[in-house]
Amino acid sequence: MPANFMPSAAEYFRFAPEIILTIVGTLVMILEAMTGDRDKSSLGYVSLLGLAAAMAAAVAANNDPGLAFQSMIIVDGFATFFRVLVLGVGMLTILVSTNYLSEAKANSGDFYALILFSVVGQSLMACANELIMIFIGIEISSIASYILAGYLRDDRRNNESALKYFLMGSFATAFLLYGVAWIYGLTGSTNLGEIRTVLSHGTAPTAMVGISAALMLVGLAFKVSAAPFQVWAPDVYQGSSAPISAFMSAGPKAAAFAVMVRVFYTSFDSISNQWEPVFWIMSLATMVIGNFAALQQRNIKRMLAYSSIAHAGYVMVAVTSHSAVGTAAVMFYLASYCLMNIGAFAVVTWMARDGEKFVEVDDFSGLAQKQPFVTAILTVLILSLVGVPLTGGFFGKFLVFKAAIDSHLMWLAILGLLNSAVAAYYYLRVLVVMYFREPGASTVNLPPVAGTLRVAMLVTTLGTIALGIFPGLILGFATQSSTLGK
Amino acid sequence: MPNVPVPLNYYLTLSAILFMIGAAGFIIRRNIITVFMSIELMLNAVNLTFVTFSYQFRQVDGHIYSFFVMVVAAAEAAVGLAIILTVFKNRSTLTIDDVSSMKN
Repeated sequence: MPANFMPSAAEYFRFAPEIILTIVGTLVMILEAMTGDRDKSSLGYVSLLGLAAAMAAAVAANNDPGLAFQSMIIVDGFATFFRVLVLGVGMLTILVSTNYLSEAKANSGDFYALILFSVVGQSLMACANELIMIFIGIEISSIASYILAGYLRDDRRNNESALKYFLMGSFATAFLLYGVAWIYGLTGSTNLGEIRTVLSHGTAPTAMVGISAALMLVGLAFKVSAAPFQVWAPDVYQGSSAPISAFMSAGPKAAAFAVMVRVFYTSFDSISNQWEPVFWIMSLATMVIGNFAALQQRNIKRMLAYSSIAHAGYVMVAVTSHSAVGTAAVMFYLASYCLMNIGAFAVVTWMARDGEKFVEVDDFSGLAQKQPFVTAILTVLILSLVGVPLTGGFFGKFLVFKAAIDSHLMWLAILGLLNSAVAAYYYLRVLVVMYFREPGASTVNLPPVAGTLRVAMLVTTLGTIALGIFPGLILGFATQSSTLGK
Repeated sequence: MPNVPVPLNYYLTLSAILFMIGAAGFIIRRNIITVFMSIELMLNAVNLTFVTFSYQFRQVDGHIYSFFVMVVAAAEAAVGLAIILTVFKNRSTLTIDDVSSMKN
Protein backbone atom coordinates (compact mmCIF):
# COMPACT_ATOMS: atom_id res chain seq x y z
CA MET A 1 0.00 0.00 0.00
CA PRO A 2 1.68 3.24 -1.06
CA ALA A 3 2.02 5.79 1.72
CA ASN A 4 1.51 8.73 -0.61
CA PHE A 5 -1.82 8.81 -2.40
CA MET A 6 -1.21 12.13 -4.13
CA PRO A 7 -1.08 11.53 -7.90
CA SER A 8 2.08 12.65 -9.64
CA ALA A 9 2.21 15.37 -12.30
CA ALA A 10 2.65 12.71 -14.99
CA GLU A 11 -0.65 11.15 -13.94
CA TYR A 12 -2.52 14.45 -14.26
CA PHE A 13 -0.87 14.92 -17.63
CA ARG A 14 -2.26 11.55 -18.80
CA PHE A 15 -5.71 12.64 -17.67
CA ALA A 16 -5.41 16.18 -19.10
CA PRO A 17 -7.96 15.86 -21.97
CA GLU A 18 -10.81 15.08 -19.55
CA ILE A 19 -9.72 17.84 -17.17
CA ILE A 20 -9.58 20.41 -19.98
CA LEU A 21 -13.00 19.40 -21.31
CA THR A 22 -14.63 19.55 -17.90
CA ILE A 23 -13.20 23.02 -17.24
CA VAL A 24 -14.20 24.34 -20.66
CA GLY A 25 -17.66 22.79 -20.35
CA THR A 26 -18.24 24.48 -17.01
CA LEU A 27 -16.85 27.74 -18.41
CA VAL A 28 -19.27 27.58 -21.34
CA MET A 29 -22.19 27.19 -18.94
CA ILE A 30 -21.04 30.24 -16.95
CA LEU A 31 -20.57 32.25 -20.16
CA GLU A 32 -24.06 31.20 -21.24
CA ALA A 33 -25.48 32.79 -18.10
CA MET A 34 -23.37 35.91 -18.56
CA THR A 35 -24.07 36.60 -22.25
CA GLY A 36 -27.82 37.08 -21.80
CA ASP A 37 -29.80 37.37 -25.04
CA ARG A 38 -26.86 37.75 -27.40
CA ASP A 39 -26.03 35.30 -30.18
CA LYS A 40 -24.54 32.13 -28.74
CA SER A 41 -22.63 30.90 -31.77
CA SER A 42 -19.44 32.26 -30.18
CA LEU A 43 -19.87 29.73 -27.36
CA GLY A 44 -19.74 27.05 -30.05
CA TYR A 45 -16.33 28.33 -31.07
CA VAL A 46 -15.16 28.35 -27.45
CA SER A 47 -16.22 24.69 -27.22
CA LEU A 48 -14.40 23.92 -30.47
CA LEU A 49 -11.24 25.44 -29.02
CA GLY A 50 -11.69 23.37 -25.87
CA LEU A 51 -12.04 20.19 -27.90
CA ALA A 52 -8.98 21.11 -29.97
CA ALA A 53 -6.96 21.72 -26.79
CA ALA A 54 -8.13 18.39 -25.39
CA MET A 55 -7.14 16.68 -28.63
CA ALA A 56 -3.68 18.21 -28.42
CA ALA A 57 -3.45 17.02 -24.79
CA ALA A 58 -4.55 13.52 -25.81
CA VAL A 59 -1.88 13.35 -28.51
CA ALA A 60 0.74 14.74 -26.13
CA ALA A 61 -0.24 12.24 -23.43
CA ASN A 62 0.55 9.44 -25.86
CA ASN A 63 4.25 10.43 -25.74
CA ASP A 64 4.33 9.25 -22.16
CA PRO A 65 2.00 6.24 -22.10
CA GLY A 66 1.26 4.39 -18.90
CA LEU A 67 -1.12 4.03 -15.98
CA ALA A 68 -2.55 6.75 -13.78
CA PHE A 69 -4.48 7.04 -10.51
CA GLN A 70 -3.82 3.57 -9.00
CA SER A 71 -4.12 1.97 -12.50
CA MET A 72 -7.66 3.22 -12.95
CA ILE A 73 -6.68 4.99 -16.16
CA ILE A 74 -4.48 3.63 -18.92
CA VAL A 75 -3.01 5.71 -21.70
CA ASP A 76 -1.83 3.61 -24.63
CA GLY A 77 -2.13 3.86 -28.39
CA PHE A 78 -5.58 2.26 -28.34
CA ALA A 79 -6.89 4.76 -25.77
CA THR A 80 -5.32 7.67 -27.64
CA PHE A 81 -6.86 6.58 -30.93
CA PHE A 82 -10.38 6.48 -29.49
CA ARG A 83 -9.87 9.66 -27.48
CA VAL A 84 -8.90 11.57 -30.63
CA LEU A 85 -11.79 9.93 -32.49
CA VAL A 86 -14.49 10.95 -29.98
CA LEU A 87 -13.01 14.44 -29.66
CA GLY A 88 -13.13 14.76 -33.45
CA VAL A 89 -16.75 13.57 -33.41
CA GLY A 90 -17.51 16.28 -30.85
CA MET A 91 -15.95 18.96 -33.06
CA LEU A 92 -17.83 17.83 -36.16
CA THR A 93 -21.10 17.71 -34.19
CA ILE A 94 -20.66 21.31 -33.08
CA LEU A 95 -19.94 22.38 -36.67
CA VAL A 96 -23.09 20.62 -37.86
CA SER A 97 -25.23 22.00 -35.01
CA THR A 98 -24.61 25.77 -34.82
CA ASN A 99 -26.67 26.77 -37.84
CA TYR A 100 -29.41 24.23 -37.06
CA LEU A 101 -29.75 25.57 -33.53
CA SER A 102 -29.89 29.19 -34.68
CA GLU A 103 -32.70 28.32 -37.09
CA ALA A 104 -34.61 26.46 -34.38
CA LYS A 105 -34.03 29.49 -32.10
CA ALA A 106 -32.49 27.13 -29.57
CA ASN A 107 -28.85 28.18 -29.79
CA SER A 108 -27.51 28.20 -26.25
CA GLY A 109 -24.39 27.42 -24.28
CA ASP A 110 -26.08 24.51 -22.52
CA PHE A 111 -26.07 22.56 -25.75
CA TYR A 112 -22.32 22.94 -26.27
CA ALA A 113 -21.59 22.24 -22.62
CA LEU A 114 -23.61 19.02 -22.84
CA ILE A 115 -21.68 17.96 -25.95
CA LEU A 116 -18.42 18.59 -24.07
CA PHE A 117 -19.58 16.63 -21.02
CA SER A 118 -20.75 13.75 -23.16
CA VAL A 119 -17.35 13.68 -24.86
CA VAL A 120 -15.66 13.66 -21.43
CA GLY A 121 -17.52 10.43 -20.68
CA GLN A 122 -16.57 8.86 -24.00
CA SER A 123 -12.97 9.91 -23.57
CA LEU A 124 -12.95 8.35 -20.10
CA MET A 125 -14.42 5.14 -21.55
CA ALA A 126 -11.56 5.04 -24.05
CA CYS A 127 -8.86 5.18 -21.37
CA ALA A 128 -10.58 3.40 -18.44
CA ASN A 129 -8.70 0.43 -17.08
CA GLU A 130 -11.18 -0.46 -14.37
CA LEU A 131 -14.81 -1.58 -14.47
CA ILE A 132 -16.11 1.18 -12.21
CA MET A 133 -14.34 3.84 -14.31
CA ILE A 134 -15.95 2.28 -17.38
CA PHE A 135 -19.35 2.50 -15.71
CA ILE A 136 -18.82 6.14 -14.74
CA GLY A 137 -17.59 7.00 -18.23
CA ILE A 138 -20.64 5.36 -19.82
CA GLU A 139 -22.96 7.21 -17.46
CA ILE A 140 -21.34 10.62 -17.99
CA SER A 141 -21.63 10.10 -21.71
CA SER A 142 -25.19 8.73 -21.56
CA ILE A 143 -26.77 11.20 -19.14
CA ALA A 144 -25.54 14.12 -21.24
CA SER A 145 -26.81 12.49 -24.43
CA TYR A 146 -30.26 11.74 -22.88
CA ILE A 147 -30.68 15.50 -22.48
CA LEU A 148 -29.32 16.20 -25.95
CA ALA A 149 -31.76 13.71 -27.50
CA GLY A 150 -34.65 15.74 -26.11
CA TYR A 151 -32.97 19.10 -26.47
CA LEU A 152 -35.84 20.86 -28.28
CA ARG A 153 -38.20 20.30 -25.39
CA ASP A 154 -41.35 21.56 -27.14
CA ASP A 155 -40.88 19.11 -29.99
CA ARG A 156 -42.95 15.97 -29.52
CA ARG A 157 -40.55 13.77 -31.48
CA ASN A 158 -37.61 15.00 -29.39
CA ASN A 159 -39.51 14.18 -26.18
CA GLU A 160 -40.32 10.69 -27.29
CA SER A 161 -36.79 10.07 -28.47
CA ALA A 162 -35.30 11.27 -25.17
CA LEU A 163 -37.72 9.15 -23.14
CA LYS A 164 -36.93 5.98 -25.10
CA TYR A 165 -33.21 6.63 -25.05
CA PHE A 166 -33.29 7.31 -21.32
CA LEU A 167 -35.37 4.28 -20.31
CA MET A 168 -33.55 1.83 -22.57
CA GLY A 169 -30.15 3.28 -21.73
CA SER A 170 -30.63 3.10 -17.96
CA PHE A 171 -32.06 -0.41 -18.24
CA ALA A 172 -28.94 -1.47 -20.16
CA THR A 173 -26.62 0.19 -17.67
CA ALA A 174 -28.27 -1.69 -14.82
CA PHE A 175 -27.38 -4.97 -16.57
CA LEU A 176 -23.81 -3.84 -17.15
CA LEU A 177 -23.49 -2.84 -13.52
CA TYR A 178 -24.90 -6.10 -12.19
CA GLY A 179 -22.30 -7.90 -14.30
CA VAL A 180 -19.60 -5.65 -12.84
CA ALA A 181 -20.78 -6.41 -9.30
CA TRP A 182 -20.59 -10.16 -9.92
CA ILE A 183 -17.18 -9.93 -11.55
CA TYR A 184 -16.03 -8.02 -8.48
CA GLY A 185 -17.45 -10.76 -6.29
CA LEU A 186 -15.90 -13.59 -8.29
CA THR A 187 -12.43 -12.12 -8.75
CA GLY A 188 -12.13 -9.69 -5.85
CA SER A 189 -11.08 -6.89 -8.17
CA THR A 190 -12.44 -4.46 -10.74
CA ASN A 191 -9.09 -3.79 -12.39
CA LEU A 192 -9.02 -5.24 -15.91
CA GLY A 193 -5.49 -6.59 -15.56
CA GLU A 194 -6.10 -8.20 -12.18
CA ILE A 195 -9.34 -9.78 -13.42
CA ARG A 196 -7.38 -11.21 -16.32
CA THR A 197 -4.80 -12.69 -13.93
CA VAL A 198 -7.42 -14.22 -11.63
CA LEU A 199 -9.47 -15.65 -14.49
CA SER A 200 -6.40 -17.16 -16.19
CA HIS A 201 -5.77 -19.27 -13.05
CA GLY A 202 -9.16 -20.88 -13.68
CA THR A 203 -10.12 -20.96 -10.01
CA ALA A 204 -13.25 -18.81 -10.40
CA PRO A 205 -16.40 -20.80 -11.27
CA THR A 206 -16.55 -20.69 -15.06
CA ALA A 207 -20.33 -20.70 -15.38
CA MET A 208 -20.75 -17.74 -13.05
CA VAL A 209 -17.97 -15.81 -14.80
CA GLY A 210 -19.71 -16.53 -18.11
CA ILE A 211 -23.04 -15.23 -16.82
CA SER A 212 -21.40 -12.07 -15.44
CA ALA A 213 -19.62 -11.46 -18.74
CA ALA A 214 -22.95 -11.98 -20.51
CA LEU A 215 -24.63 -9.39 -18.28
CA MET A 216 -21.91 -6.90 -19.13
CA LEU A 217 -22.24 -7.77 -22.80
CA VAL A 218 -25.98 -6.99 -22.67
CA GLY A 219 -25.18 -3.50 -21.41
CA LEU A 220 -22.49 -2.88 -23.99
CA ALA A 221 -24.55 -4.36 -26.84
CA PHE A 222 -27.31 -1.84 -26.03
CA LYS A 223 -24.80 1.00 -26.29
CA VAL A 224 -23.46 -0.13 -29.67
CA SER A 225 -26.99 -1.14 -30.84
CA ALA A 226 -26.10 -4.75 -31.59
CA ALA A 227 -28.91 -7.28 -32.08
CA PRO A 228 -31.01 -8.28 -30.21
CA PHE A 229 -30.64 -5.03 -28.27
CA GLN A 230 -30.96 -2.64 -31.19
CA VAL A 231 -34.70 -1.85 -31.01
CA TRP A 232 -34.25 1.60 -29.48
CA ALA A 233 -31.91 2.96 -32.14
CA PRO A 234 -34.32 3.66 -35.05
CA ASP A 235 -36.84 5.51 -32.89
CA VAL A 236 -34.19 7.52 -31.07
CA TYR A 237 -32.24 8.52 -34.17
CA GLN A 238 -35.43 9.37 -36.03
CA GLY A 239 -36.90 11.43 -33.22
CA SER A 240 -33.84 13.45 -32.21
CA SER A 241 -32.59 16.50 -34.04
CA ALA A 242 -30.45 15.45 -37.00
CA PRO A 243 -27.14 16.84 -35.60
CA ILE A 244 -27.74 14.92 -32.36
CA SER A 245 -28.51 11.75 -34.29
CA ALA A 246 -25.15 12.23 -35.99
CA PHE A 247 -23.48 12.55 -32.61
CA MET A 248 -25.27 9.61 -30.96
CA SER A 249 -24.63 7.29 -33.87
CA ALA A 250 -20.90 8.01 -33.81
CA GLY A 251 -19.29 9.03 -30.50
CA PRO A 252 -20.97 6.82 -27.88
CA LYS A 253 -20.90 3.89 -30.26
CA ALA A 254 -17.16 4.17 -30.93
CA ALA A 255 -16.42 4.54 -27.22
CA ALA A 256 -18.61 1.55 -26.33
CA PHE A 257 -16.78 -0.56 -28.91
CA ALA A 258 -13.48 0.56 -27.38
CA VAL A 259 -14.72 -0.65 -23.98
CA MET A 260 -16.03 -3.89 -25.46
CA VAL A 261 -12.71 -4.69 -27.14
CA ARG A 262 -10.66 -3.77 -24.09
CA VAL A 263 -12.77 -5.70 -21.60
CA PHE A 264 -13.25 -8.83 -23.66
CA TYR A 265 -9.72 -8.94 -25.11
CA THR A 266 -7.94 -8.39 -21.81
CA SER A 267 -10.10 -9.43 -18.85
CA PHE A 268 -12.16 -12.14 -20.52
CA ASP A 269 -9.36 -13.37 -22.76
CA SER A 270 -9.14 -16.73 -21.01
CA ILE A 271 -12.85 -17.50 -21.46
CA SER A 272 -12.87 -16.51 -25.15
CA ASN A 273 -14.20 -19.95 -26.13
CA GLN A 274 -17.38 -18.96 -24.26
CA TRP A 275 -17.96 -15.52 -25.76
CA GLU A 276 -16.72 -15.99 -29.31
CA PRO A 277 -19.76 -18.04 -30.46
CA VAL A 278 -22.09 -15.47 -28.87
CA PHE A 279 -20.34 -12.65 -30.72
CA TRP A 280 -20.53 -14.70 -33.94
CA ILE A 281 -24.31 -14.97 -33.73
CA MET A 282 -24.78 -11.39 -32.57
CA SER A 283 -22.69 -9.92 -35.37
CA LEU A 284 -24.57 -11.89 -38.01
CA ALA A 285 -27.97 -11.01 -36.53
CA THR A 286 -27.00 -7.34 -36.27
CA MET A 287 -25.94 -7.17 -39.92
CA VAL A 288 -29.04 -9.01 -41.18
CA ILE A 289 -31.56 -7.05 -39.09
CA GLY A 290 -29.92 -3.70 -39.86
CA ASN A 291 -29.70 -4.22 -43.61
CA PHE A 292 -33.04 -5.88 -44.23
CA ALA A 293 -34.96 -3.39 -42.09
CA ALA A 294 -33.21 -0.48 -43.82
CA LEU A 295 -34.56 -1.74 -47.17
CA GLN A 296 -38.10 -0.80 -46.17
CA GLN A 297 -37.48 2.69 -44.79
CA ARG A 298 -38.78 5.83 -46.46
CA ASN A 299 -37.54 8.22 -43.78
CA ILE A 300 -33.86 8.90 -44.38
CA LYS A 301 -33.01 9.32 -40.68
CA ARG A 302 -34.60 5.97 -39.91
CA MET A 303 -32.80 4.42 -42.85
CA LEU A 304 -29.47 5.76 -41.59
CA ALA A 305 -30.35 4.43 -38.13
CA TYR A 306 -30.81 0.91 -39.49
CA SER A 307 -27.70 1.32 -41.59
CA SER A 308 -25.77 2.29 -38.45
CA ILE A 309 -27.04 -0.93 -36.83
CA ALA A 310 -25.71 -2.83 -39.83
CA HIS A 311 -22.34 -1.08 -39.51
CA ALA A 312 -22.23 -2.06 -35.84
CA GLY A 313 -22.66 -5.62 -37.14
CA TYR A 314 -19.58 -5.31 -39.36
CA VAL A 315 -17.55 -4.00 -36.44
CA MET A 316 -18.82 -6.94 -34.35
CA VAL A 317 -17.40 -9.26 -37.03
CA ALA A 318 -13.98 -7.72 -36.43
CA VAL A 319 -14.43 -8.06 -32.65
CA THR A 320 -15.39 -11.72 -33.12
CA SER A 321 -12.12 -12.43 -34.92
CA HIS A 322 -10.34 -11.82 -31.58
CA SER A 323 -6.92 -10.95 -32.97
CA ALA A 324 -4.60 -7.97 -33.33
CA VAL A 325 -5.70 -7.65 -36.96
CA GLY A 326 -9.30 -7.58 -35.74
CA THR A 327 -8.53 -4.81 -33.25
CA ALA A 328 -6.89 -2.72 -35.95
CA ALA A 329 -9.93 -3.36 -38.17
CA VAL A 330 -12.29 -2.21 -35.40
CA MET A 331 -10.29 1.00 -35.03
CA PHE A 332 -10.05 1.76 -38.74
CA TYR A 333 -13.70 0.88 -39.41
CA LEU A 334 -15.00 3.06 -36.60
CA ALA A 335 -12.89 6.02 -37.75
CA SER A 336 -14.20 5.82 -41.30
CA TYR A 337 -17.74 5.05 -40.09
CA CYS A 338 -17.79 8.14 -37.85
CA LEU A 339 -16.66 10.35 -40.74
CA MET A 340 -19.16 9.06 -43.29
CA ASN A 341 -22.10 8.84 -40.91
CA ILE A 342 -21.66 12.35 -39.51
CA GLY A 343 -21.26 13.61 -43.08
CA ALA A 344 -24.48 11.93 -44.17
CA PHE A 345 -26.35 13.32 -41.18
CA ALA A 346 -24.87 16.77 -41.93
CA VAL A 347 -26.52 16.61 -45.35
CA VAL A 348 -29.78 15.46 -43.74
CA THR A 349 -29.51 18.39 -41.29
CA TRP A 350 -29.20 20.80 -44.19
CA MET A 351 -32.06 19.22 -46.11
CA ALA A 352 -34.47 18.84 -43.17
CA ARG A 353 -34.58 22.57 -42.36
CA ASP A 354 -36.45 24.17 -39.47
CA GLY A 355 -38.92 21.75 -37.88
CA GLU A 356 -37.43 18.85 -39.86
CA LYS A 357 -40.15 18.80 -42.51
CA PHE A 358 -38.05 17.20 -45.25
CA VAL A 359 -36.64 13.93 -43.98
CA GLU A 360 -38.02 11.47 -46.55
CA VAL A 361 -35.75 9.82 -49.09
CA ASP A 362 -38.07 11.18 -51.81
CA ASP A 363 -37.39 14.73 -50.63
CA PHE A 364 -33.96 14.41 -52.22
CA SER A 365 -35.57 14.13 -55.69
CA GLY A 366 -33.69 16.06 -58.33
CA LEU A 367 -31.18 17.48 -55.89
CA ALA A 368 -28.44 17.06 -58.52
CA GLN A 369 -30.00 19.79 -60.66
CA LYS A 370 -30.54 22.21 -57.79
CA GLN A 371 -27.57 21.84 -55.50
CA PRO A 372 -24.64 20.03 -57.18
CA PHE A 373 -22.23 20.67 -54.28
CA VAL A 374 -24.29 18.87 -51.65
CA THR A 375 -25.18 16.15 -54.16
CA ALA A 376 -21.49 15.50 -54.78
CA ILE A 377 -20.81 15.36 -51.03
CA LEU A 378 -23.65 12.94 -50.37
CA THR A 379 -22.65 10.81 -53.37
CA VAL A 380 -19.15 10.28 -52.01
CA LEU A 381 -20.45 9.51 -48.52
CA ILE A 382 -23.09 7.07 -49.78
CA LEU A 383 -20.51 5.30 -51.94
CA SER A 384 -18.31 5.01 -48.86
CA LEU A 385 -21.22 3.61 -46.82
CA VAL A 386 -21.75 1.04 -49.58
CA GLY A 387 -18.04 0.22 -49.52
CA VAL A 388 -16.93 1.22 -53.01
CA PRO A 389 -13.13 1.21 -53.55
CA LEU A 390 -11.19 4.48 -53.09
CA THR A 391 -13.33 5.34 -50.05
CA GLY A 392 -12.68 4.78 -46.34
CA GLY A 393 -15.72 2.51 -46.14
CA PHE A 394 -14.15 0.09 -48.60
CA PHE A 395 -10.93 -0.30 -46.64
CA GLY A 396 -12.87 -0.63 -43.42
CA LYS A 397 -14.91 -3.53 -44.81
CA PHE A 398 -11.81 -5.03 -46.43
CA LEU A 399 -9.95 -5.06 -43.10
CA VAL A 400 -12.95 -6.41 -41.20
CA PHE A 401 -13.44 -9.36 -43.53
CA LYS A 402 -9.70 -9.95 -43.81
CA ALA A 403 -9.54 -10.19 -40.01
CA ALA A 404 -12.48 -12.63 -40.05
CA ILE A 405 -10.83 -14.84 -42.70
CA ASP A 406 -7.50 -14.76 -40.86
CA SER A 407 -9.30 -16.08 -37.79
CA HIS A 408 -10.98 -18.83 -39.85
CA LEU A 409 -14.45 -17.29 -39.64
CA MET A 410 -15.15 -18.16 -43.30
CA TRP A 411 -18.92 -18.29 -43.04
CA LEU A 412 -19.17 -15.05 -41.13
CA ALA A 413 -17.07 -13.31 -43.78
CA ILE A 414 -19.17 -14.74 -46.64
CA LEU A 415 -22.49 -13.84 -44.97
CA GLY A 416 -21.14 -10.39 -44.16
CA LEU A 417 -20.17 -9.79 -47.78
CA LEU A 418 -23.64 -10.89 -48.95
CA ASN A 419 -25.07 -8.42 -46.44
CA SER A 420 -23.09 -5.54 -47.86
CA ALA A 421 -24.51 -6.43 -51.28
CA VAL A 422 -28.02 -6.06 -49.82
CA ALA A 423 -26.98 -2.75 -48.30
CA ALA A 424 -25.98 -1.40 -51.72
CA TYR A 425 -29.63 -1.50 -52.77
CA TYR A 426 -31.01 0.94 -50.24
CA TYR A 427 -27.99 3.24 -50.38
CA LEU A 428 -28.02 3.46 -54.17
CA ARG A 429 -31.74 4.26 -54.12
CA VAL A 430 -30.82 7.63 -52.58
CA LEU A 431 -28.43 8.28 -55.46
CA VAL A 432 -31.06 7.27 -58.04
CA VAL A 433 -33.56 9.65 -56.45
CA MET A 434 -31.07 12.51 -56.45
CA TYR A 435 -29.89 12.11 -60.03
CA PHE A 436 -32.78 10.67 -62.02
CA ARG A 437 -35.95 12.15 -60.52
CA GLU A 438 -37.48 15.49 -61.30
CA PRO A 439 -37.17 18.10 -58.52
CA GLY A 440 -40.21 18.23 -56.24
CA ALA A 441 -41.66 20.66 -53.71
CA SER A 442 -38.91 19.94 -51.20
CA THR A 443 -36.21 21.43 -53.42
CA VAL A 444 -37.99 24.71 -54.20
CA ASN A 445 -36.64 26.90 -51.41
CA LEU A 446 -33.31 25.28 -50.69
CA PRO A 447 -31.34 27.17 -48.03
CA PRO A 448 -27.70 28.13 -48.67
CA VAL A 449 -25.13 25.81 -47.09
CA ALA A 450 -23.99 27.67 -43.98
CA GLY A 451 -20.25 28.11 -43.44
CA THR A 452 -19.84 25.76 -40.48
CA LEU A 453 -21.99 23.09 -42.08
CA ARG A 454 -19.96 23.39 -45.27
CA VAL A 455 -16.76 22.85 -43.28
CA ALA A 456 -18.23 19.74 -41.63
CA MET A 457 -19.34 18.35 -45.01
CA LEU A 458 -15.95 18.98 -46.61
CA VAL A 459 -13.96 17.57 -43.68
CA THR A 460 -16.00 14.37 -43.54
CA THR A 461 -15.96 13.87 -47.30
CA LEU A 462 -12.27 14.63 -47.77
CA GLY A 463 -11.48 12.51 -44.73
CA THR A 464 -13.43 9.60 -46.20
CA ILE A 465 -11.58 9.90 -49.51
CA ALA A 466 -8.23 10.30 -47.75
CA LEU A 467 -8.80 7.10 -45.76
CA GLY A 468 -9.73 5.34 -49.00
CA ILE A 469 -6.63 6.41 -50.94
CA PHE A 470 -4.09 6.53 -48.09
CA PRO A 471 -5.37 4.05 -45.49
CA GLY A 472 -1.83 3.98 -44.09
CA LEU A 473 -2.55 7.38 -42.54
CA ILE A 474 -4.14 5.76 -39.53
CA LEU A 475 -3.79 2.05 -40.24
CA GLY A 476 -0.12 2.08 -39.23
CA PHE A 477 -0.95 3.61 -35.87
CA ALA A 478 -3.94 1.29 -35.42
CA THR A 479 -1.81 -1.80 -36.10
CA GLN A 480 0.87 -0.61 -33.67
CA SER A 481 -1.64 -0.05 -30.89
CA SER A 482 -3.71 -3.17 -31.50
CA THR A 483 -1.87 -5.31 -28.95
CA LEU A 484 -3.63 -3.48 -26.08
CA GLY A 485 -0.49 -3.56 -23.94
CA LYS A 486 -1.05 -7.17 -22.89
CA MET B 1 -30.99 -13.29 21.44
CA PRO B 2 -28.76 -15.78 19.62
CA ASN B 3 -26.31 -13.93 17.43
CA VAL B 4 -26.22 -16.03 14.26
CA PRO B 5 -25.05 -14.09 11.17
CA VAL B 6 -27.22 -14.34 8.08
CA PRO B 7 -25.32 -16.34 5.42
CA LEU B 8 -24.05 -14.16 2.57
CA ASN B 9 -25.76 -16.33 -0.01
CA TYR B 10 -29.10 -15.10 1.31
CA TYR B 11 -28.12 -11.53 0.46
CA LEU B 12 -26.96 -12.53 -3.01
CA THR B 13 -30.17 -14.45 -3.64
CA LEU B 14 -32.20 -11.50 -2.44
CA SER B 15 -30.31 -9.15 -4.74
CA ALA B 16 -30.83 -11.52 -7.69
CA ILE B 17 -34.57 -11.66 -6.93
CA LEU B 18 -34.74 -7.86 -6.62
CA PHE B 19 -32.90 -7.49 -9.92
CA MET B 20 -35.29 -9.86 -11.66
CA ILE B 21 -38.33 -8.11 -10.20
CA GLY B 22 -36.92 -4.85 -11.50
CA ALA B 23 -36.25 -6.26 -14.97
CA ALA B 24 -39.71 -7.85 -15.10
CA GLY B 25 -41.29 -4.59 -13.95
CA PHE B 26 -39.49 -2.71 -16.71
CA ILE B 27 -40.95 -5.02 -19.32
CA ILE B 28 -44.45 -5.53 -17.91
CA ARG B 29 -45.40 -2.17 -16.38
CA ARG B 30 -47.06 0.42 -18.61
CA ASN B 31 -46.76 3.54 -16.47
CA ILE B 32 -43.58 5.50 -17.20
CA ILE B 33 -42.94 6.37 -13.55
CA THR B 34 -43.31 2.73 -12.50
CA VAL B 35 -40.97 1.66 -15.29
CA PHE B 36 -38.45 4.19 -14.01
CA MET B 37 -38.86 2.88 -10.45
CA SER B 38 -38.15 -0.63 -11.74
CA ILE B 39 -34.78 0.58 -13.05
CA GLU B 40 -33.99 2.10 -9.66
CA LEU B 41 -34.85 -1.24 -8.06
CA MET B 42 -32.34 -2.96 -10.34
CA LEU B 43 -29.65 -0.47 -9.32
CA ASN B 44 -30.41 -1.10 -5.66
CA ALA B 45 -30.04 -4.83 -6.25
CA VAL B 46 -26.60 -4.07 -7.67
CA ASN B 47 -25.73 -2.05 -4.57
CA LEU B 48 -26.73 -4.92 -2.32
CA THR B 49 -24.47 -7.24 -4.32
CA PHE B 50 -21.53 -4.83 -4.05
CA VAL B 51 -21.93 -4.42 -0.32
CA THR B 52 -22.30 -8.17 0.26
CA PHE B 53 -19.12 -9.01 -1.62
CA SER B 54 -17.31 -6.13 0.00
CA TYR B 55 -18.26 -7.49 3.42
CA GLN B 56 -17.16 -10.97 2.41
CA PHE B 57 -13.71 -9.76 1.24
CA ARG B 58 -13.35 -7.47 4.29
CA GLN B 59 -12.57 -4.73 1.74
CA VAL B 60 -13.93 -1.22 1.64
CA ASP B 61 -13.95 -1.04 -2.20
CA GLY B 62 -17.44 -2.40 -2.70
CA HIS B 63 -18.92 0.04 -0.22
CA ILE B 64 -17.37 2.91 -2.16
CA TYR B 65 -18.67 1.50 -5.46
CA SER B 66 -22.18 1.47 -4.05
CA PHE B 67 -21.82 5.19 -3.30
CA PHE B 68 -20.75 5.77 -6.89
CA VAL B 69 -23.83 3.91 -8.05
CA MET B 70 -26.05 6.00 -5.77
CA VAL B 71 -24.61 9.26 -7.09
CA VAL B 72 -25.06 8.16 -10.66
CA ALA B 73 -28.60 6.96 -9.93
CA ALA B 74 -29.42 10.35 -8.43
CA ALA B 75 -28.09 12.17 -11.50
CA GLU B 76 -30.04 9.79 -13.71
CA ALA B 77 -33.21 10.39 -11.69
CA ALA B 78 -32.84 14.16 -12.05
CA VAL B 79 -32.51 13.94 -15.81
CA GLY B 80 -35.06 11.17 -16.19
CA LEU B 81 -37.79 12.90 -14.23
CA ALA B 82 -37.19 16.09 -16.23
CA ILE B 83 -37.60 14.12 -19.45
CA ILE B 84 -40.76 12.45 -18.15
CA LEU B 85 -42.10 15.89 -17.18
CA THR B 86 -41.62 17.30 -20.70
CA VAL B 87 -43.30 14.23 -22.16
CA PHE B 88 -46.26 14.74 -19.83
CA LYS B 89 -46.47 18.45 -20.67
CA ASN B 90 -46.61 17.77 -24.41
CA ARG B 91 -48.83 14.69 -24.40
CA SER B 92 -50.75 14.70 -21.11
CA THR B 93 -50.21 10.99 -20.68
CA LEU B 94 -47.90 8.75 -18.69
CA THR B 95 -48.81 5.51 -20.44
CA ILE B 96 -45.82 4.19 -22.29
CA ASP B 97 -47.82 2.81 -25.23
CA ASP B 98 -49.20 6.27 -26.01
CA VAL B 99 -45.71 7.61 -26.51
CA SER B 100 -44.95 5.91 -29.81
CA SER B 101 -45.60 8.10 -32.82
CA MET B 102 -42.62 6.97 -34.87
CA LYS B 103 -43.09 4.13 -37.24
CA ASN B 104 -42.28 3.40 -40.78
